[in-house]
Amino acid sequence: MKILKSLMVTAAVSLALMANAAHAENKKIALVVKALGIGFFEAANKGAQEAAKELGDVEVIYTGPTSTTAEGQIEVINSLIAQKVDAIAVSANDTDALVPALKKAMDRGIKVISWDSGVAKDGRMMHLNPSSNPLIGNMIIKLAADNLPEGGDVAVLSASATATNQNTWIAEMKKVQGNYKGINVVTTVYGDDLADKSYRETQGLIQSYPNLKAIIAPTSVGIVAAAQAVTDAGKIGQINVTGLGLPSEMAGHVKSGASKSFAIWNPIDLGYSATMIAYDLIGGAEAKPGAELKMGRMGTVKLDDNNEGAMADPFVYDAKNVEEFAKIF
Amino acid sequence: MAEIHLTPRHIPDRLEGRGARLLKSWESLLLVVACLIFLGNSLASPYFLDPWNLSDATFNFTEKAMIAFAMALVIIAGEIDLSVASIIALASTAMGYAVQLGFDTPALVAIGLSVGLICGAINGLLITGLGLPSIVVTIGTMSLFRGLSFIILGDQAFTGYPDSFSWFGQGYVWWVFSFEFTLFVALAVVYGVVLHRTNFGRAVYAIGNNQTAALFSGIRVARVKFVLFLLTGLMAGLASICLTSRLGSTRPSIALGWELEVVTMVVLGGVNILGGSGTIPGVVLAALIMGMVTFGFGLLNVPGIVMSIFIGLLLISVIALPILWRRARQRLAH
Repeated sequence: MKILKSLMVTAAVSLALMANAAHAENKKIALVVKALGIGFFEAANKGAQEAAKELGDVEVIYTGPTSTTAEGQIEVINSLIAQKVDAIAVSANDTDALVPALKKAMDRGIKVISWDSGVAKDGRMMHLNPSSNPLIGNMIIKLAADNLPEGGDVAVLSASATATNQNTWIAEMKKVQGNYKGINVVTTVYGDDLADKSYRETQGLIQSYPNLKAIIAPTSVGIVAAAQAVTDAGKIGQINVTGLGLPSEMAGHVKSGASKSFAIWNPIDLGYSATMIAYDLIGGAEAKPGAELKMGRMGTVKLDDNNEGAMADPFVYDAKNVEEFAKIF
Repeated sequence: MAEIHLTPRHIPDRLEGRGARLLKSWESLLLVVACLIFLGNSLASPYFLDPWNLSDATFNFTEKAMIAFAMALVIIAGEIDLSVASIIALASTAMGYAVQLGFDTPALVAIGLSVGLICGAINGLLITGLGLPSIVVTIGTMSLFRGLSFIILGDQAFTGYPDSFSWFGQGYVWWVFSFEFTLFVALAVVYGVVLHRTNFGRAVYAIGNNQTAALFSGIRVARVKFVLFLLTGLMAGLASICLTSRLGSTRPSIALGWELEVVTMVVLGGVNILGGSGTIPGVVLAALIMGMVTFGFGLLNVPGIVMSIFIGLLLISVIALPILWRRARQRLAH
């Protein structure tokens, strides 16, 4: 009994101290993530803290459930409503299940936005996509072209033939192909997002196209498998593997030279921009189709008919910065 | 004529008086803990003592507590039901499917409850009919029921529930008292009466203490157990209605991992995991404690993992303290 009592008292006192440490006059922006302890979201928090520092009168509350459940996020959102935060920026575990809780938050005057993983239209004022399909399509061919000043043959290693995301990006890429002189896209093969199939398809590409200069893999599984296949075939320096990948998985291949550069969203910028947008909304900006919201150093975001906006081009990772980000995600 | 005085001799049926027993009981310990947490929360956050905030906080535990009442009876009878969270998922999927077919709120409620009952009946039949251990059967049906939801839904979601359906999880009966909280209180009374004041309740204790003795004293053990699994199924169906209504949508991952939270609630409430003892007031207090800890820590933005650690420590200390207390007393007596 005594032990328990003293435990409880210690807990209560320490909690009280923690509560007092917070500044009451600051605007409170809650960054709600899918679950705590995920590198990608820890990095987003870094960006949010950067934004808070820049803005001065903002306190960022970085929070989320222990596991990636909608129920856990609703508990978190309820406690944020109770604390009367000024804004909630959420990366949702469930597009629909959070809507009633977030609607309640908006009813009580809290600005609600979603980022990274969106909430259905009724449950938020705007959604921030890390990038947009045209920007991604342009980026993946630009990465290949930047290292091929004289042009050359380029092949695409995609996920499955029915993968909506990849098909859209490849279609967008083909639209802007004319802007990159001499770049000749010879074929698209499908590795089905399986490491072994992607590896074999890459081997096939290397044999079928002796003049191949680059492989574009807009999938994080494919890009790693392709880089490995190029390494194993001894083609480093001849064939550059690029596309969309995760720094932690690609760091080795960038170091070996199999991949000169690749792209993916930058979680730090994403957390930074979400915080900036939330602040803009607290300040009175209105989220409506066509509106432009301020994102600090990231410029502005323009909202489409669904009140969605794209932050920026995918962020490019190369030998200079990949090690640093490999620690994050 | 000498009159014979017949003073009835009092034979005590317990070793200690009512008051002393009450003071030393598990429930009083939980009550003290609950009060301390309430006090701690009120001191730590200015937002805690607000009727609406407290009302919002009740949603953290009401659905789980509904199942915990039935689960308490099952565990007291020496069994366990780990499939409850999956029953929530399956019942919710069935209701979502019915919405696509154009059914309205009364039909949805009937479907939710029936799916719960059917799942409970499947568990009950396998356990009592074939004599299989409940932990094995319900681990199996846990995968089965949720697996069915995954097959039906995949990565999709059912939405578009009628507006009137949202009342169960978002509506209020009176002032700050939500439908869910009112239901929680009503069910607490019903389960309290059933367990502590009826023959059925005595039978549950008897089975948990000694199944063979219970059988020889004329208790229909299999039938009682079957009813208990029907009840957990029904309560899971009810919880599914509330949760689905609160979320306004169904995904196969709904209520993932709730079975362990429900069991934690029951054990924290003082129900012996090996069966034979436990009370409904204990479970009610445990539900309140878990709800307040989650909400209180949430208000202070303490990371969720710290809450889990705290609940774990609470569970271990509340279980260990009475044992340590008894040992210490024995040592003093010698």
